[in-house]
Amino acid sequence: MNMNATLLGQAITFVLFVWFCMKFVWPPVIRAIEKRQKEIADGLASAETAKKDLELAKANTSDIMQQAKVEANAIIEQANKRKAAILEEAQQEASREKERIVAQGLAEVEAERKRAREELKQQVATLAIAGAEKIIERSVNEAANSDIIDKLVAEL
Amino acid sequence: MAVSSPASPQAYIKHHLENLQVGSGFWTFNLDSLFFSILLGVLFLWIFHRVARKATSGVPSKLQCAVEMIFEFVNNTVKDMFTGQNKLIAPLALTVFIWVFLMNLMDLIPVDFLPYAGQYLGLSHLRVVPTADVSITMSMSLGVFALIIIYSIKYKGITGFIKEYTLHPFNHWAFAPINLVLELVSLLAKPVSLGLRLFGNMYAGELIFILIAALLPWWSQWVLSLPWAIFHILIITLQAFIFMVLTIVYLAMASATEDH
Repeated sequence: MNMNATLLGQAITFVLFVWFCMKFVWPPVIRAIEKRQKEIADGLASAETAKKDLELAKANTSDIMQQAKVEANAIIEQANKRKAAILEEAQQEASREKERIVAQGLAEVEAERKRAREELKQQVATLAIAGAEKIIERSVNEAANSDIIDKLVAEL
Repeated sequence: MAVSSPASPQAYIKHHLENLQVGSGFWTFNLDSLFFSILLGVLFLWIFHRVARKATSGVPSKLQCAVEMIFEFVNNTVKDMFTGQNKLIAPLALTVFIWVFLMNLMDLIPVDFLPYAGQYLGLSHLRVVPTADVSITMSMSLGVFALIIIYSIKYKGITGFIKEYTLHPFNHWAFAPINLVLELVSLLAKPVSLGLRLFGNMYAGELIFILIAALLPWWSQWVLSLPWAIFHILIITLQAFIFMVLTIVYLAMASATEDH
Protein backbone atom coordinates (compact mmCIF):
# COMPACT_ATOMS: atom_id res chain seq x y z
CA MET A 1 0.00 0.00 0.00
CA ASN A 2 1.60 3.15 -1.14
CA MET A 3 0.61 6.04 1.05
CA ASN A 4 1.80 8.62 -1.45
CA ALA A 5 -0.32 7.31 -4.29
CA THR A 6 -3.39 7.18 -2.10
CA LEU A 7 -2.70 10.68 -1.07
CA LEU A 8 -2.58 11.70 -4.71
CA GLY A 9 -5.89 9.96 -5.38
CA GLN A 10 -7.46 11.74 -2.47
CA ALA A 11 -6.00 15.00 -3.67
CA ILE A 12 -7.70 14.50 -7.04
CA THR A 13 -10.97 13.82 -5.27
CA PHE A 14 -10.51 16.80 -3.03
CA VAL A 15 -9.79 19.13 -5.92
CA LEU A 16 -12.84 17.84 -7.77
CA PHE A 17 -14.92 18.14 -4.64
CA VAL A 18 -13.82 21.69 -4.02
CA TRP A 19 -14.53 22.46 -7.67
CA PHE A 20 -18.00 20.97 -7.30
CA CYS A 21 -18.67 23.03 -4.20
CA MET A 22 -17.47 26.20 -5.88
CA LYS A 23 -19.63 25.44 -8.87
CA PHE A 24 -22.83 24.13 -7.34
CA VAL A 25 -22.88 24.55 -3.57
CA TRP A 26 -21.37 27.94 -2.93
CA PRO A 27 -23.25 30.07 -5.52
CA PRO A 28 -26.78 29.50 -4.16
CA VAL A 29 -25.58 30.10 -0.63
CA ILE A 30 -23.75 33.30 -1.48
CA ARG A 31 -26.65 34.38 -3.70
CA ALA A 32 -29.06 34.00 -0.80
CA ILE A 33 -26.70 35.97 1.40
CA GLU A 34 -26.24 38.70 -1.17
CA LYS A 35 -29.97 38.88 -1.78
CA ARG A 36 -30.55 39.36 1.91
CA GLN A 37 -27.81 41.96 2.05
CA LYS A 38 -29.33 43.79 -0.88
CA GLU A 39 -32.78 43.69 0.64
CA ILE A 40 -31.50 45.19 3.85
CA ALA A 41 -29.53 47.83 1.98
CA ASP A 42 -32.53 48.69 -0.19
CA GLY A 43 -34.78 48.88 2.81
CA LEU A 44 -32.43 51.23 4.62
CA ALA A 45 -31.94 53.35 1.51
CA SER A 46 -35.66 53.69 0.89
CA ALA A 47 -36.20 54.64 4.51
CA GLU A 48 -33.53 57.32 4.10
CA THR A 49 -35.16 58.59 0.90
CA ALA A 50 -38.55 58.69 2.54
CA LYS A 51 -37.11 60.69 5.40
CA LYS A 52 -35.53 63.16 2.99
CA ASP A 53 -38.76 63.40 1.02
CA LEU A 54 -40.64 64.16 4.18
CA GLU A 55 -38.21 66.90 5.11
CA LEU A 56 -38.43 68.34 1.62
CA ALA A 57 -42.20 68.24 1.74
CA LYS A 58 -42.15 70.01 5.10
CA ALA A 59 -39.91 72.73 3.72
CA ASN A 60 -42.14 73.00 0.66
CA THR A 61 -45.22 73.37 2.80
CA SER A 62 -43.81 76.26 4.72
CA ASP A 63 -42.70 77.87 1.46
CA ILE A 64 -46.14 77.49 -0.02
CA MET A 65 -47.74 78.83 3.14
CA GLN A 66 -45.45 81.85 3.03
CA GLN A 67 -46.28 82.44 -0.59
CA ALA A 68 -49.99 82.07 0.05
CA LYS A 69 -49.79 84.62 2.85
CA VAL A 70 -48.00 87.07 0.59
CA GLU A 71 -50.56 86.57 -2.12
CA ALA A 72 -53.44 86.96 0.28
CA ASN A 73 -51.93 90.20 1.55
CA ALA A 74 -51.51 91.45 -1.99
CA ILE A 75 -55.13 90.63 -2.78
CA ILE A 76 -56.36 92.43 0.33
CA GLU A 77 -54.21 95.41 -0.53
CA GLN A 78 -55.57 95.50 -4.03
CA ALA A 79 -59.12 95.18 -2.77
CA ASN A 80 -58.58 98.08 -0.39
CA LYS A 81 -57.20 100.21 -3.17
CA ARG A 82 -60.09 99.32 -5.38
CA LYS A 83 -62.57 100.09 -2.64
CA ALA A 84 -60.98 103.49 -2.15
CA ALA A 85 -61.05 104.14 -5.87
CA ILE A 86 -64.70 103.17 -6.13
CA LEU A 87 -65.56 105.39 -3.21
CA GLU A 88 -63.67 108.26 -4.75
CA GLU A 89 -65.36 107.77 -8.04
CA ALA A 90 -68.78 107.54 -6.44
CA GLN A 91 -68.09 110.74 -4.51
CA GLN A 92 -67.04 112.54 -7.64
CA GLU A 93 -70.04 111.19 -9.47
CA ALA A 94 -72.32 112.30 -6.68
CA SER A 95 -70.86 115.80 -6.53
CA ARG A 96 -71.08 116.10 -10.29
CA GLU A 97 -74.70 114.99 -10.11
CA LYS A 98 -75.32 117.46 -7.34
CA GLU A 99 -73.85 120.28 -9.36
CA ARG A 100 -75.83 119.24 -12.37
CA ILE A 101 -79.06 119.14 -10.36
CA VAL A 102 -78.29 122.44 -8.74
CA ALA A 103 -77.50 124.01 -12.08
CA GLN A 104 -80.67 122.64 -13.57
CA GLY A 105 -82.68 123.94 -10.63
CA LEU A 106 -81.13 127.34 -11.00
CA ALA A 107 -81.85 127.37 -14.71
CA GLU A 108 -85.40 126.36 -14.10
CA VAL A 109 -85.83 129.02 -11.46
CA GLU A 110 -84.35 131.58 -13.81
CA ALA A 111 -86.66 130.51 -16.62
CA GLU A 112 -89.62 130.60 -14.28
CA ARG A 113 -88.66 134.03 -13.15
CA LYS A 114 -88.28 135.24 -16.71
CA ARG A 115 -91.60 133.76 -17.62
CA ALA A 116 -93.28 135.31 -14.59
CA ARG A 117 -91.67 138.58 -15.35
CA GLU A 118 -92.83 138.39 -18.93
CA GLU A 119 -96.26 137.56 -17.77
CA LEU A 120 -96.15 140.27 -15.23
CA LYS A 121 -94.98 142.72 -17.87
CA GLN A 122 -97.81 141.62 -20.06
CA GLN A 123 -100.31 142.05 -17.30
CA VAL A 124 -98.85 145.36 -16.23
CA ALA A 125 -99.04 146.48 -19.81
CA THR A 126 -102.56 145.28 -20.09
CA LEU A 127 -103.33 146.92 -16.79
CA ALA A 128 -101.66 150.12 -17.87
CA ILE A 129 -103.49 150.09 -21.11
CA ALA A 130 -106.71 149.42 -19.31
CA GLY A 131 -105.91 152.29 -16.94
CA ALA A 132 -104.96 154.53 -19.77
CA GLU A 133 -108.00 153.50 -21.74
CA LYS A 134 -110.15 154.37 -18.85
CA ILE A 135 -108.36 157.72 -18.48
CA ILE A 136 -108.49 158.69 -22.04
CA GLU A 137 -111.64 156.91 -23.00
CA ARG A 138 -113.52 159.77 -23.60
CA SER A 139 -111.07 161.86 -25.47
CA VAL A 140 -108.63 159.73 -27.19
CA ASN A 141 -109.03 157.33 -30.03
CA GLU A 142 -107.66 153.98 -29.20
CA ALA A 143 -106.06 153.38 -32.49
CA ALA A 144 -104.35 156.73 -32.53
CA ASN A 145 -102.67 156.07 -29.24
CA SER A 146 -101.64 152.47 -29.64
CA ASP A 147 -98.09 153.39 -30.62
CA ILE A 148 -97.71 155.20 -27.37
CA ILE A 149 -98.92 152.10 -25.55
CA ASP A 150 -96.48 149.89 -27.40
CA LYS A 151 -93.66 152.21 -26.52
CA LEU A 152 -94.72 152.02 -22.94
CA VAL A 153 -94.79 148.27 -23.00
CA ALA A 154 -91.35 148.08 -24.46
CA GLU A 155 -90.01 150.27 -21.79
CA LEU A 156 -91.36 148.07 -19.04
CA MET B 1 7.19 4.20 12.56
CA ALA B 2 5.72 0.89 11.57
CA VAL B 3 2.34 2.44 11.00
CA SER B 4 3.48 4.90 8.40
CA SER B 5 3.02 2.45 5.54
CA PRO B 6 0.64 -0.36 6.38
CA ALA B 7 1.23 -3.47 4.36
CA SER B 8 -2.30 -4.41 3.42
CA PRO B 9 -5.74 -2.81 2.98
CA GLN B 10 -6.82 -4.51 6.20
CA ALA B 11 -3.98 -2.98 8.12
CA TYR B 12 -4.58 0.36 6.44
CA ILE B 13 -8.25 0.37 7.42
CA LYS B 14 -7.52 -0.82 10.91
CA HIS B 15 -4.92 1.87 11.30
CA HIS B 16 -7.38 4.50 10.21
CA LEU B 17 -9.98 3.43 12.70
CA GLU B 18 -7.72 3.73 15.69
CA ASN B 19 -7.64 6.85 17.79
CA LEU B 20 -4.62 8.55 19.15
CA GLN B 21 -4.96 7.41 22.73
CA VAL B 22 -3.33 7.89 26.09
CA GLY B 23 -4.16 6.04 29.27
CA SER B 24 -5.61 2.59 29.62
CA GLY B 25 -8.86 0.86 30.41
CA PHE B 26 -11.74 3.23 31.09
CA TRP B 27 -9.36 6.12 31.62
CA THR B 28 -8.29 6.20 28.03
CA PHE B 29 -8.44 9.53 26.29
CA ASN B 30 -8.93 9.86 22.55
CA LEU B 31 -6.67 12.84 22.16
CA ASP B 32 -7.45 13.43 18.49
CA SER B 33 -11.23 13.50 19.03
CA LEU B 34 -10.87 15.78 22.02
CA PHE B 35 -8.48 18.07 20.20
CA PHE B 36 -10.60 18.46 17.08
CA SER B 37 -13.92 18.78 18.92
CA ILE B 38 -12.52 21.48 21.20
CA LEU B 39 -10.79 23.19 18.28
CA LEU B 40 -14.01 23.29 16.28
CA GLY B 41 -16.03 24.40 19.29
CA VAL B 42 -13.61 27.26 19.87
CA LEU B 43 -13.67 28.11 16.16
CA PHE B 44 -17.47 28.27 16.23
CA LEU B 45 -17.52 30.45 19.33
CA TRP B 46 -14.79 32.71 17.99
CA ILE B 47 -16.47 33.32 14.63
CA PHE B 48 -19.91 33.87 16.11
CA HIS B 49 -18.58 36.07 18.87
CA ARG B 50 -16.69 38.18 16.38
CA VAL B 51 -19.81 38.59 14.26
CA ALA B 52 -21.93 39.34 17.31
CA ARG B 53 -19.52 42.00 18.49
CA LYS B 54 -19.34 43.69 15.12
CA ALA B 55 -23.05 43.26 14.46
CA THR B 56 -24.58 46.31 12.85
CA SER B 57 -28.17 47.27 12.35
CA GLY B 58 -27.16 48.75 9.02
CA VAL B 59 -26.18 46.75 5.97
CA PRO B 60 -24.55 43.59 7.35
CA SER B 61 -21.42 41.94 6.06
CA LYS B 62 -21.74 38.64 4.26
CA LEU B 63 -20.56 36.73 7.31
CA GLN B 64 -23.07 38.52 9.50
CA CYS B 65 -25.76 37.70 6.96
CA ALA B 66 -24.84 34.04 7.04
CA VAL B 67 -24.80 33.97 10.83
CA GLU B 68 -28.13 35.79 10.94
CA MET B 69 -29.65 33.27 8.57
CA ILE B 70 -28.44 30.36 10.70
CA PHE B 71 -29.73 32.13 13.79
CA GLU B 72 -33.11 32.69 12.25
CA PHE B 73 -33.31 29.12 11.05
CA VAL B 74 -32.45 27.68 14.47
CA ASN B 75 -34.68 30.15 16.24
CA ASN B 76 -37.66 29.29 14.06
CA THR B 77 -37.08 25.59 14.57
CA VAL B 78 -36.96 26.07 18.33
CA LYS B 79 -40.09 28.23 18.31
CA ASP B 80 -41.97 25.64 16.32
CA MET B 81 -41.11 22.79 18.64
CA PHE B 82 -40.52 24.18 22.09
CA THR B 83 -43.64 26.00 23.19
CA GLY B 84 -42.50 26.89 26.68
CA GLN B 85 -40.43 29.87 27.70
CA ASN B 86 -36.80 29.03 28.19
CA LYS B 87 -33.66 31.01 27.59
CA LEU B 88 -31.41 27.99 27.34
CA ILE B 89 -33.05 26.07 24.52
CA ALA B 90 -32.26 28.30 21.55
CA PRO B 91 -28.57 28.86 22.34
CA LEU B 92 -28.24 25.17 23.15
CA ALA B 93 -29.83 24.23 19.85
CA LEU B 94 -27.59 26.65 17.96
CA THR B 95 -24.47 25.31 19.64
CA VAL B 96 -25.46 21.71 19.03
CA PHE B 97 -26.27 22.39 15.40
CA ILE B 98 -23.15 24.32 14.50
CA TRP B 99 -20.77 22.25 16.57
CA VAL B 100 -22.03 18.92 15.26
CA PHE B 101 -22.05 20.33 11.76
CA LEU B 102 -18.44 21.47 12.01
CA MET B 103 -17.35 18.16 13.48
CA ASN B 104 -19.17 16.30 10.71
CA LEU B 105 -17.59 18.62 8.18
CA MET B 106 -14.17 17.18 9.04
CA ASP B 107 -15.34 14.08 7.21
CA LEU B 108 -15.02 15.90 3.90
CA ILE B 109 -11.30 16.45 4.34
CA PRO B 110 -9.61 13.58 2.52
CA VAL B 111 -9.00 10.76 5.00
CA ASP B 112 -5.25 10.72 4.70
CA PHE B 113 -4.41 14.42 4.63
CA LEU B 114 -4.35 15.21 8.31
CA PRO B 115 -3.10 11.77 9.50
CA TYR B 116 -0.26 12.03 7.00
CA ALA B 117 0.61 15.49 8.22
CA GLY B 118 0.29 14.16 11.76
CA GLN B 119 2.91 11.55 11.12
CA TYR B 120 5.49 14.22 10.52
CA LEU B 121 4.58 15.58 13.94
CA GLY B 122 5.14 12.15 15.42
CA LEU B 123 1.50 11.19 15.83
CA SER B 124 1.05 7.51 15.14
CA HIS B 125 -2.72 7.66 14.72
CA LEU B 126 -5.11 10.49 13.92
CA ARG B 127 -8.86 10.40 13.40
CA VAL B 128 -10.10 13.81 12.43
CA VAL B 129 -13.87 13.31 12.63
CA PRO B 130 -14.83 13.66 16.30
CA THR B 131 -18.44 12.64 15.62
CA ALA B 132 -17.22 9.31 14.25
CA ASP B 133 -15.93 8.60 17.74
CA VAL B 134 -18.63 7.04 19.88
CA SER B 135 -17.23 8.63 23.04
CA ILE B 136 -17.84 12.12 21.68
CA THR B 137 -21.38 11.52 20.44
CA MET B 138 -22.37 9.64 23.57
CA SER B 139 -20.96 12.35 25.78
CA MET B 140 -23.07 14.91 23.93
CA SER B 141 -26.18 12.77 24.20
CA LEU B 142 -25.48 12.19 27.91
CA GLY B 143 -25.39 15.95 28.32
CA VAL B 144 -28.80 16.10 26.70
CA PHE B 145 -29.91 13.22 28.93
CA ALA B 146 -28.89 15.16 32.02
CA LEU B 147 -30.84 18.15 30.74
CA ILE B 148 -33.90 15.95 30.15
CA ILE B 149 -33.87 14.84 33.77
CA ILE B 150 -33.20 18.35 35.07
CA TYR B 151 -36.02 19.78 32.98
CA SER B 152 -38.43 17.05 34.00
CA ILE B 153 -37.80 17.77 37.66
CA LYS B 154 -37.80 21.51 37.15
CA TYR B 155 -41.13 21.62 35.33
CA LYS B 156 -42.95 18.80 37.10
CA GLY B 157 -41.39 18.77 40.53
CA ILE B 158 -39.93 15.74 42.24
CA THR B 159 -43.33 14.17 42.80
CA GLY B 160 -44.41 14.82 39.23
CA PHE B 161 -41.14 13.32 38.03
CA ILE B 162 -41.63 10.17 40.13
CA LYS B 163 -45.28 9.95 39.14
CA GLU B 164 -44.40 10.13 35.48
CA TYR B 165 -42.20 7.08 35.82
CA THR B 166 -44.46 5.03 38.07
CA LEU B 167 -48.06 5.90 37.09
CA HIS B 168 -47.58 6.02 33.36
CA PRO B 169 -48.80 4.45 31.04
CA PHE B 170 -50.89 2.37 33.54
CA ASN B 171 -52.39 4.75 36.05
CA HIS B 172 -52.57 2.51 39.07
CA TRP B 173 -50.10 2.06 41.93
CA ALA B 174 -50.11 -1.75 41.50
CA PHE B 175 -48.55 -1.30 38.07
CA ALA B 176 -45.78 0.89 39.37
CA PRO B 177 -42.93 -1.63 38.83
CA ILE B 178 -44.03 -2.37 35.26
CA ASN B 179 -44.47 1.30 34.55
CA LEU B 180 -41.03 2.00 35.94
CA VAL B 181 -39.44 -0.56 33.66
CA LEU B 182 -41.31 0.66 30.59
CA GLU B 183 -40.62 4.33 31.22
CA LEU B 184 -36.98 3.73 32.09
CA VAL B 185 -36.49 1.92 28.83
CA SER B 186 -38.00 4.76 26.85
CA LEU B 187 -35.99 7.29 28.87
CA LEU B 188 -32.71 5.49 28.37
CA ALA B 189 -33.43 4.86 24.71
CA LYS B 190 -33.37 8.60 24.07
CA PRO B 191 -29.69 9.35 24.75
CA VAL B 192 -28.55 6.02 23.38
CA SER B 193 -30.37 6.46 20.07
CA LEU B 194 -29.36 10.11 19.91
CA GLY B 195 -25.66 9.39 20.36
CA LEU B 196 -25.52 6.20 18.34
CA ARG B 197 -27.42 7.62 15.37
CA LEU B 198 -24.90 10.38 14.87
CA PHE B 199 -21.97 8.09 15.54
CA GLY B 200 -23.28 5.40 13.20
CA ASN B 201 -23.82 7.76 10.31
CA MET B 202 -20.48 9.45 10.64
CA TYR B 203 -18.58 6.25 11.26
CA ALA B 204 -20.14 4.65 8.20
CA GLY B 205 -19.36 7.70 6.11
CA GLU B 206 -15.77 7.74 7.25
CA LEU B 207 -15.45 4.02 6.72
CA ILE B 208 -16.61 4.28 3.14
CA PHE B 209 -14.05 6.99 2.44
CA ILE B 210 -11.39 4.76 3.97
CA LEU B 211 -12.54 1.73 2.00
CA ILE B 212 -12.43 3.68 -1.24
CA ALA B 213 -8.97 4.93 -0.38
CA ALA B 214 -7.78 1.47 0.64
CA LEU B 215 -9.17 -0.70 -2.09
CA LEU B 216 -9.12 1.33 -5.29
CA PRO B 217 -6.04 2.31 -7.27
CA TRP B 218 -5.22 5.94 -6.67
CA TRP B 219 -6.12 7.19 -10.14
CA SER B 220 -9.68 5.90 -10.01
CA GLN B 221 -10.61 6.78 -6.46
CA TRP B 222 -12.39 9.96 -7.41
CA VAL B 223 -14.99 8.00 -9.39
CA LEU B 224 -16.47 6.75 -6.14
CA SER B 225 -15.28 9.14 -3.51
CA LEU B 226 -16.41 12.30 -5.31
CA PRO B 227 -20.08 11.25 -5.47
CA TRP B 228 -19.84 10.03 -1.91
CA ALA B 229 -18.36 13.33 -0.77
CA ILE B 230 -21.10 15.27 -2.53
CA PHE B 231 -23.74 13.03 -1.00
CA HIS B 232 -22.03 13.48 2.31
CA ILE B 233 -22.72 17.22 2.27
CA LEU B 234 -26.35 16.26 2.67
CA ILE B 235 -25.66 13.70 5.37
CA ILE B 236 -23.55 15.91 7.59
CA THR B 237 -26.09 18.74 7.45
CA LEU B 238 -28.98 16.38 7.99
CA GLN B 239 -27.33 14.64 10.93
CA ALA B 240 -26.48 17.93 12.59
CA PHE B 241 -30.06 19.07 12.04
CA ILE B 242 -31.49 15.81 13.40
CA PHE B 243 -29.31 15.99 16.47
CA MET B 244 -30.49 19.54 17.13
CA VAL B 245 -34.16 18.76 16.50
CA LEU B 246 -34.13 15.70 18.72
CA THR B 247 -32.45 17.66 21.48
CA ILE B 248 -35.21 20.25 21.29
CA VAL B 249 -37.95 17.65 21.08
CA TYR B 250 -36.67 15.67 24.06
CA LEU B 251 -36.44 18.80 26.17
CA ALA B 252 -39.86 19.96 25.01
CA MET B 253 -41.27 16.58 26.03
CA ALA B 254 -39.50 16.77 29.37
CA SER B 255 -40.87 20.22 30.09
CA ALA B 256 -44.41 19.52 28.90
CA THR B 257 -46.62 19.42 31.97
CA GLU B 258 -49.48 17.11 31.20
CA ASP B 259 -51.88 15.68 33.71
CA HIS B 260 -52.07 11.97 34.26
